[in-house]
Amino acid sequence: MGRRIDKTWIGRVFGFYAEGFRNLSSWGRAVWIVLLIKLFIIFAIIRLIFMPDYLNKNYENDRERGRHVLENLTEN
Amino acid sequence: MLDLIDWSRAQFALTAMYHWLFVPLTLGITWIIAMMETIYVKSGDPEWKKITQFWMKLFGINFAIGVATGIIMEFEFGTNWSNYSWFVGDIFGAPLAIEGIMAFFLESTFIAIMFFGWNKVSKKFHLASSWLVAIGANLSALWILVANAWMQNPVGTEFNPETARNEMVSFWEVLFSPVAINKFLHTITSGMVLASIFVIGISSWFLLKKKEILLSLRSIKVSAIFGLVASLLLVLTGDGSAKQVARIQPMKLAAMEGLYDGKEGAGLVGIGFLNSKEKRDGGEVFAFKFEMPKVLSWMAFGDAGHFVAGINDFSKGNPDRGILSTGEKIERGKVARQLLTDYKNASASGNLAKTDSIRRIFDEPAFRDNYFRYFGYGFDDDLNYYIPNVPLTFYSFHIMVILGFGFVLFFAFFLLFSFKETLPERRFWLKLAPWIIPLAYVASESGWIVAELGRQPWTIQDLLPTVAAVTRIDATSVMVTFILFAVTFTILAIAEISIMLKAIKKGPVNHGGTK
Repeated sequence: MGRRIDKTWIGRVFGFYAEGFRNLSSWGRAVWIVLLIKLFIIFAIIRLIFMPDYLNKNYENDRERGRHVLENLTEN
Repeated sequence: MLDLIDWSRAQFALTAMYHWLFVPLTLGITWIIAMMETIYVKSGDPEWKKITQFWMKLFGINFAIGVATGIIMEFEFGTNWSNYSWFVGDIFGAPLAIEGIMAFFLESTFIAIMFFGWNKVSKKFHLASSWLVAIGANLSALWILVANAWMQNPVGTEFNPETARNEMVSFWEVLFSPVAINKFLHTITSGMVLASIFVIGISSWFLLKKKEILLSLRSIKVSAIFGLVASLLLVLTGDGSAKQVARIQPMKLAAMEGLYDGKEGAGLVGIGFLNSKEKRDGGEVFAFKFEMPKVLSWMAFGDAGHFVAGINDFSKGNPDRGILSTGEKIERGKVARQLLTDYKNASASGNLAKTDSIRRIFDEPAFRDNYFRYFGYGFDDDLNYYIPNVPLTFYSFHIMVILGFGFVLFFAFFLLFSFKETLPERRFWLKLAPWIIPLAYVASESGWIVAELGRQPWTIQDLLPTVAAVTRIDATSVMVTFILFAVTFTILAIAEISIMLKAIKKGPVNHGGTK
């Protein structure tokens, strides 16, 4: 019984979004296209190719990362 | 030739300034939309629904194109500013995580109801969603500004030499730092002012074209009232900011005012033109200035006769006023750095007794207050390195202030014409209003230039200069991503402006985000 109620609730939320997207106006569609292209550029190109996390990529654990930064902060 | 630090700074500045093109309109217009919808729900007048939906459409365009542009700054922290990212420790993690969760759940849920829910939920539930979008968007800004305020005034934390990180000892001290609260209020009121100008500017254009008359007249009335209140609050919070800068970042205040030699009863420069650096260093700071006597002392300290320190007081020191010279701070910063070096060496050689004794020194309040607080000064011996770019800070500050006061008058006039019902005949004002929109963006960006460039060279005030914060990577790679971001953001800005202009020209035809 409880699961059916949940399913109904989730289904209603899903239906709400699905109907909203189905009935997008022309400006709504244009904005969503720009948004999706932008998110692709940000996460699939900029993040993965150009902007990796330097410390996570080059050091195994927090101890090594801390040592590296300490080295940078104390070097002359 | 730009070096690694210049490129990294330029890239962050570019990203932040482009991101800020989208944010203030979202922060401000959501309140205006919520107010308009409240009038609709209370009055039942369908014209108010049409008005609400039209501005909601423009908000939707701005929000969708602007959303996630700020995340690139988080990428830059990890790639270009990894020492900084590590050094700030969990101070940024906590507020940004809260911001992310809040923004995602609150905004994404209720924005969907705003756009998709007109015929699906009750009027009151829809109205509540619109208010929650406004509250959620502004609370998201709170967490970002808490993190920024900590960089301006690092409180509620202690440095751990073992991990090379600052650790939060009081979340509440970080959250309720007066700098954070004032910065939040100043920022959201600036968004309110910008959005009000945006609404008035577009409505004025409609009136000039004799289109959407009722929509325009009503929109101007709501926005002029809201804008006038917000602009007065903006002046008030700006005054609060000046008082905090005077106490916490006095070098920034001196740069904002082009004040080289401190004095009692210092005047506030209303308008001024700075001389070249050589002449300024020789004592001839201004080619021309209009100064209001004693106002700077009063504004900064609430006392018209109070001493306001100048750039030279900080560089050379002023023992009579208890101001340490930059040279002395450099020496103390070096002591702190040397102790950290000793700790690192003792730790590497496994000398536990020595690490314990050094750790105890780091924990001593006297060491923290007299040496570690100047840690960042230990990275460069050049006194000039610790002076921000005076012309850029000075002009940005004055552009922001002059425009800010101008906006108060702008709203007052539009409100007057609105109540006298003479707006359609005020063609000069109607022609002027759309041109004020870009000026609102100029003022808003100028405010951030003052806040961020005025505190150079610090990424974290007095603790971490840019030279120590930057990741040691190839400058060419930063230059490449700088160009990539410049192109991407410019395309986004063009897309926003063209979609927005099309939507404005079309007027309130398609409602919300759906047909």
